Amino acid sequence: MSVLNLILVNLGRNKRRTILTMLSVTVALFLYCTLGGVLDTLQEAIKVGSETRLISRNAISLIFPLPISYGSRIAAVPGVKRVAIQNWFGAQDPKDPHNFFAQFAVDDENFFPIYANDIEIVEASPPQATMTLPEGMPSRLASYMTEQTACVIGQKLMTKMGWKLGQTITLAGTIYPGEWPFTIRAVYHAKKRSIGEETMFFHWKYLDQKGMGGRALVGVYILDLSNPGRAADIAKQVDEMFENSGAATRTESEQAFQAGFVSMYGNIPFVLRVIGLAVVFAILLVAANTMVMAIRERTGEIGVLKTLGFTEGIIFGIVLAEAAVITMGGGILGSLLAKWAIEGTGFNFGGFLPPMSVHWATVITGIAIATLVGAVSGLIPAWQASQLRIVQALRRVD
Amino acid sequence: MPIPISYNVRNVMQRPVATLTTAIGIGLTVTIFIGALALAAGFQAALLQTGSADNAVALRKGADSEISSGVSREAADVLRAGPDVAIGPNGRPLVSAELVVVANKERLGQPGSSNVTVRGVDPSAVGIRAEVKIVEGRMFTPGTDEVIVGQRIARRFANCAVSEKIRFQQRDFTVVGHFNAGGASFESEIWGDAAVLIPALDREGFQTVTFRMRDPSQFAEIKKRLEADPRLQVQIQRERDFYAQQSELLTNLIRFMGVFITGIMAIGAIFGAMNTMYAAVGSRTREIAMLLVLGFLPHEVMLSFILESVMLALIGGVIGCLLALPINGIATSTTNFQSFSELAFAFRVTPGALIAGLIFAAGMGLVGGILPARAAARQPLAGALRAI
Repeated sequence: MSVLNLILVNLGRNKRRTILTMLSVTVALFLYCTLGGVLDTLQEAIKVGSETRLISRNAISLIFPLPISYGSRIAAVPGVKRVAIQNWFGAQDPKDPHNFFAQFAVDDENFFPIYANDIEIVEASPPQATMTLPEGMPSRLASYMTEQTACVIGQKLMTKMGWKLGQTITLAGTIYPGEWPFTIRAVYHAKKRSIGEETMFFHWKYLDQKGMGGRALVGVYILDLSNPGRAADIAKQVDEMFENSGAATRTESEQAFQAGFVSMYGNIPFVLRVIGLAVVFAILLVAANTMVMAIRERTGEIGVLKTLGFTEGIIFGIVLAEAAVITMGGGILGSLLAKWAIEGTGFNFGGFLPPMSVHWATVITGIAIATLVGAVSGLIPAWQASQLRIVQALRRVD
Repeated sequence: MPIPISYNVRNVMQRPVATLTTAIGIGLTVTIFIGALALAAGFQAALLQTGSADNAVALRKGADSEISSGVSREAADVLRAGPDVAIGPNGRPLVSAELVVVANKERLGQPGSSNVTVRGVDPSAVGIRAEVKIVEGRMFTPGTDEVIVGQRIARRFANCAVSEKIRFQQRDFTVVGHFNAGGASFESEIWGDAAVLIPALDREGFQTVTFRMRDPSQFAEIKKRLEADPRLQVQIQRERDFYAQQSELLTNLIRFMGVFITGIMAIGAIFGAMNTMYAAVGSRTREIAMLLVLGFLPHEVMLSFILESVMLALIGGVIGCLLALPINGIATSTTNFQSFSELAFAFRVTPGALIAGLIFAAGMGLVGGILPARAAARQPLAGALRAI
């Protein structure tokens, strides 16, 4: 108990220094956990896609389309329940071209039923006409289904752009030239992280008629399987079917498809790790400097402690603990701040990756590293203090 | 009379451990700062060196990148026959109508695959794009299934070595050479004959048409005329401006990340410097009082301590620059989402970045030194002289 008191009193004797050191550890750990959060998010992006849905794209690359005729041939493969169509649209907000968000044209029969468990329609206009909806189509999409230029928008995108339900928005096409008016007829909430909430969906038929002149080109096919266990077999079967056709396909799980985007970031994870290392080393130096200064000031005092009978081991421990408490305090503060700041603000990377998160594992690693670094930085001063000879310590006058 | 600087130099030398730990802390921050600048500079340089101010490039109206553009054969013919196009030594117009697509290829050395730009060029006008030099093998023969690969990606992707076969759609193309393009982003591309690649890839028209202007000073005039031509439906940009614009998004992102990361690190480093300076002031209480008694004014004492702090930080700045130098030239690659393909480039530690690093260090020293220096200058004399 008395030893613990001693440590606390020592921390308080130069409050300014303790606070400055703790704050520098705090900012360092904030940075460490933020970088860790980016890595966590990249890791997560690899895993968010479904393993049981397949995506078929053109084997050359995503920018090459597939013929519409493939749809029915893929649907006929045993084990394939439904096949949906999705095309990248790539238009811009004419008011601010840098304000990027993803838009996809999707088919009217199967896309929303396949993703019925992933998204939930939270707001929708009342339907203008009656029609029988395809099987599995969310009933709140009735209004969207009866209007050619209707679109469905993610909740977060609505907030970000300040749009209202029923509003008509106009986008400027890049791949498909011209002005594209859309009416917002439904708003969705993403229940799973596989679909971002900053995305817009609209009728593939609208794109075909206005943008492709009826050539009916398909970006990717999304395959919903009745027996997910056979995913690998089915992917192989689909690719073999088109191997010698005009457009060969490459079929992989939705998860692998999305992981492909992450691998495009190349060396970035490595760069972040290097920076994280530099940050850790920098805190080591700041903390070590503080401890060296603190011990130098107290040489005489340590002599007194030794005279009173404190053993080398206890002195060593006291100094080490003091360093660890400072850095652990800063570590806890910085790591939690990072988690709160990043997850609280819902920061994300323009919808390409799931919303950024800092895993608890990263937070705990951060705190552990801070504590460890503190202890390491205290090693030399602690050893020096424990080895101090009483006579010398008491004689020395600063 | 100001306090001589030699006083500060000796003081900094007097406490080597504290000086070094603080300086290295600042140095690491400077290293990361310069590293981020070097990354952004390298990426930007790759795209800025791409394209000449004498060339104009035509894209479809509204297109924001080469792959989202499309120019029909008819429009390309109109552009080729235009009066603004310079004529080459062989009497042919200097125009290259090009196919630009991306192909997904397996990476070497890293897991996964990434997109590579495949460019079908007009063999008679390869020269207008860049100083293309074959560094290994030979140039592709027009009209054949042969391609050449940019030297920066030749070792980063599978099947790109000379004499290997690379498959697009149903056809195998033979890699016959590797080329250098003076550091331009073309070095991250695969080039072949547009006349062969377009049918092989099931394409119809071209993506872009690039031409050498007969009189580049007339650019505004040319742009106005061609953009008004209803047969074309194109937008005209100087080739250099176009590629600079393609680098904008990622350069800004890297800069933003760099400022964010080093800004936070700087706060930590400033706190470290403050600690060291407070300790320096604290251990010299009597000395400072002595200076004041001798007649040095408080603001001179303050200036002296600020200088000492800046000096300490500059030592860190120099360490940071030295640590950052070796990263110059290291090659890396990432996807430029504007062109949706992989771009390989090298870190470029520019003299400007080093100077910026030193200024950054001095700034950290200044901010970290002000409060301790003020504390030094405001000491009550009597108490300070009595202190042991």
